[in-house]
Amino acid sequence: MIRTALCELCGIRYPVFQGGMAHVSDAKLAAAVTNAGGLGIISAMSRDGAYIREQIRLARTLTDGPIGVNVMLMSPFVGDVAAVIAEEHVEVVTTGAGDPSAHVTLWKNAGCRVIPVVPSVALAKRMERVGADAVIAEGGESGGHIGELATMPLVPQVVDAISIPVIAAGGIGDGRGVAAAFMLGAVGVQIGTRFLTAKECGIHQHYKDLVLKAGDTSTIVTGRRLGHPVRSLKTPYSRNYAKQEYTDISAEDLEALGVGSLRKAAVDGDEKEGCYIAGQIAGMVNREQTAAEMIEEIMSQTEQVLANAVNFMG
Amino acid sequence: MTIDKIKTIIADHSGEDEANITAETTFEELGVDSLTTVEVLMDIEDEFGVTLEAAQVGKTVGDLVRAIEEAQK
Repeated sequence: MIRTALCELCGIRYPVFQGGMAHVSDAKLAAAVTNAGGLGIISAMSRDGAYIREQIRLARTLTDGPIGVNVMLMSPFVGDVAAVIAEEHVEVVTTGAGDPSAHVTLWKNAGCRVIPVVPSVALAKRMERVGADAVIAEGGESGGHIGELATMPLVPQVVDAISIPVIAAGGIGDGRGVAAAFMLGAVGVQIGTRFLTAKECGIHQHYKDLVLKAGDTSTIVTGRRLGHPVRSLKTPYSRNYAKQEYTDISAEDLEALGVGSLRKAAVDGDEKEGCYIAGQIAGMVNREQTAAEMIEEIMSQTEQVLANAVNFMG
Repeated sequence: MTIDKIKTIIADHSGEDEANITAETTFEELGVDSLTTVEVLMDIEDEFGVTLEAAQVGKTVGDLVRAIEEAQK
């Protein structure tokens, strides 16, 4: 069985994190992933501290294992959410969309493992300096807010630049991807898109159907003009956004197109106005399974792939 | 002088000629995005021994100089 430094660091059986996805990663999905041996992560998105506290406590009733919370640093409630995480002694905090330096001491003092998502070597180095326990190097193959670097070049450059553990994310959905991540120097992976079709994932069925139907070229990146690009499935919403983006539309009106669109997808299954976030790996996600079935399958395939790798040596 | 060192760091990361950078130059004009800001902050930490948040950088080179001088007090 595969065990890495990440298993010890986070108290988990398998070195697999479930990504914090807005309006997707709730207490129920997170608890299912933790019970399956990975690390389930609740997304704080732009919700307030009361919501996060309720979700953490709900997850505690569903699992005895460790729980993570993903903090979206552009959230207006970021201070409130940061405090709740410390008060509830969440085992692992991941962060996205910015530099979490200001909160690291608070979380470390509460016993949390702090594992920021980084899109570049510079932010990885900064995170090591401020005391992060590990980093998640996420390539632009992923869904949601993305960086410009792809996983293949990003992960080894981050591994070379810092001495804390590195988790690979972006474009990983099966055992081949996990094995490749290990070869790049990562000690674990974060997987988002594949868990969209987990049976314990409470998103609208239309969302799951779109992911199941997706092919290799089914995603599109929009929002580059505003400086925060987002990858999602090609749908009427994202095609319209792409068409509008480089017209004479004002930045404010363009920004307004995005408001509420994630919720319309995940909660309402709105075919016209929903923004269906998914990574490039969506084309490989073609079954609904329980989180446990997914993780077992991913890890047993990883073992097979790694065992067969010896065949490449003459 | 703080500003001269800052100009060198910013020129290095933005590709702009140091001679064209003044206290009034904005980071937007220089095309310095959030990722480049982190690289600039790392160099500032090495050079001045102060740790700044991205939010403290401000809009212009002059804002950044003031933030560093404030942090050094």
